[in-house]
Amino acid sequence: MTDVSVPKLIQGNQACSYGAIAAGCRFFAGYPITPSTEIAETMALELPKYGGKFIQMEDEIASISAIIGASIAGSKAMTATSGPGFSLMQENLGYAYMAEVPCVVINVMRGGPSTGLPTKVSQADVMQANWGAHGDYYPIVLSPSSVSECFDITVRAFNLSERYRCPVIILSDEVIGHMREMVSLPDFSSVEMIERQRPNVPPEWYKHFLITHDFTSPMASFGEGYRFHLTGLTHDEFGLPTSDNIEIAKKLGKLKLKIERHLSDISQVNTYKIEDAHIVILAYGSVARAARQAVLLSRKKRFKAGLFQPITLWPFPDRQLRQISRKADLIVVAELNQGQIINEVRRVCKSHSKVVGLNRYDGELITPEQILEKIKEEHR
Amino acid sequence: MKKKKTEGRYEIRLSGSGGQGLVLAGVMLAEAVGVYEGKNVTQTQSYGPEARGGTSRSDLVISDSEIYYPKPSSLDLLLSLTQDACNRYYPHLKDDGILIVDSDIVRQIPPVSNVYAFPFTHTAKEKIGTTLVANVMSAASIVIISGICKTDSFLKAVLSRAPRGTESKNETACKIGFEMSRKALKKAKG
Repeated sequence: MTDVSVPKLIQGNQACSYGAIAAGCRFFAGYPITPSTEIAETMALELPKYGGKFIQMEDEIASISAIIGASIAGSKAMTATSGPGFSLMQENLGYAYMAEVPCVVINVMRGGPSTGLPTKVSQADVMQANWGAHGDYYPIVLSPSSVSECFDITVRAFNLSERYRCPVIILSDEVIGHMREMVSLPDFSSVEMIERQRPNVPPEWYKHFLITHDFTSPMASFGEGYRFHLTGLTHDEFGLPTSDNIEIAKKLGKLKLKIERHLSDISQVNTYKIEDAHIVILAYGSVARAARQAVLLSRKKRFKAGLFQPITLWPFPDRQLRQISRKADLIVVAELNQGQIINEVRRVCKSHSKVVGLNRYDGELITPEQILEKIKEEHR
Repeated sequence: MKKKKTEGRYEIRLSGSGGQGLVLAGVMLAEAVGVYEGKNVTQTQSYGPEARGGTSRSDLVISDSEIYYPKPSSLDLLLSLTQDACNRYYPHLKDDGILIVDSDIVRQIPPVSNVYAFPFTHTAKEKIGTTLVANVMSAASIVIISGICKTDSFLKAVLSRAPRGTESKNETACKIGFEMSRKALKKAKG
């Protein structure tokens, strides 16, 4: 068992694994890939101590298939990968959205496309995390910016996943995944854990995709005596394929509404010195660390800057951003790609704030000084 | 810490080529400072996809206050175990920054005011019988020259991280590293 009584120097990746175990994850299937491998290594070492199962699969397609199967059988399950593996997982991720299977997928982002830069940082999979699988679905995507956040966000990912019966994606990055910091892990038994809703009807009345008042459905596990059918085909409340237009619209509407009706629970942002800010730096993941430092640097130069950090990247925190952007003349969107989240920011605030991008895509982290320079350049 | 403070940060880079054990040496230093002395520390790294070769570096930021930006911006101390890494990173040193090099490998010493050169690799081979512990010896040297932590804290960190069966070799490497650096420091101060 993990001794949590003393502060430790651990990596973001290790903290993700501990968070998963604390949240009740008892099945991990994966295929090693830099910069995510330490998650699998830690799970291989720790899971058996908690009665869990670790399995290294032959590739990433098999890995996500295995965790979907484990979840359907009643286990909280996770896999971890990076860009190339995340691409391979898209087809079955789509299946998990459609079949409403809770699971957690961590993508520790590195440079792409293709094999790209295995050991270098990037945030280029932000759009892929939202749109990677085909079809009309609404994913939950979370982004940590410190080792302790890696722990907390992984716990949260499991809780959201179980609560809303869907995959939850954690977009970490090479800097956060490999960075070591001092953390005090909480006692695992004190961690808030949400379990999936179980059916409270006799098996013969059970509908695996029952549409309830809040659009979530109780979930029985395979082998418990509740009969149900699972398919990637569009299905009715029993899980049987349907081409009835009313049933189709109900199903797809449910996939959207179960997320949209719970935005206040799902959507989470962090802010820093935002109360009086006229300049907002919007950053997530490792870049949020540079942005925090840049807020301090800017304030020394008498720029009233603040940080807006989406923890929930998808669904994008429209409401929170709109609120703070009313006071902002300038919004600097700093990201390690050629401009992805900036399009969301423009959609939300282009009518009242100037939105500019600060982009780095050379495998290195944006520096606080670069953000300050950008503010000097754009602020009048 | 004996240094001019820049926002209370002390920034160290260990650089060389992949396989020299610099990431591990950086982790040991970070553990000495963080776990055994309770300071804030971040350790990050940059290396190539190859298992051996290529430029490799391990970066530490040490601070009494919370660390936001986890990477160094101007170095208080640079360790270079290859000429290539030295050439690449010495311009990132502060004006009064300290450069430590392996004297047998880094033949061309850049124009930096504070330089210490030690035969880490050669000494490790000659006195301990393996070049594998040159990383620990050079990190021990960083401990003495920078004063970032007590020698005892570093020794504890080394022993907790060293692969089983290599403890005594690593301990010896530590002590040699401490000793050669103390002498050099005394000499430098006249």
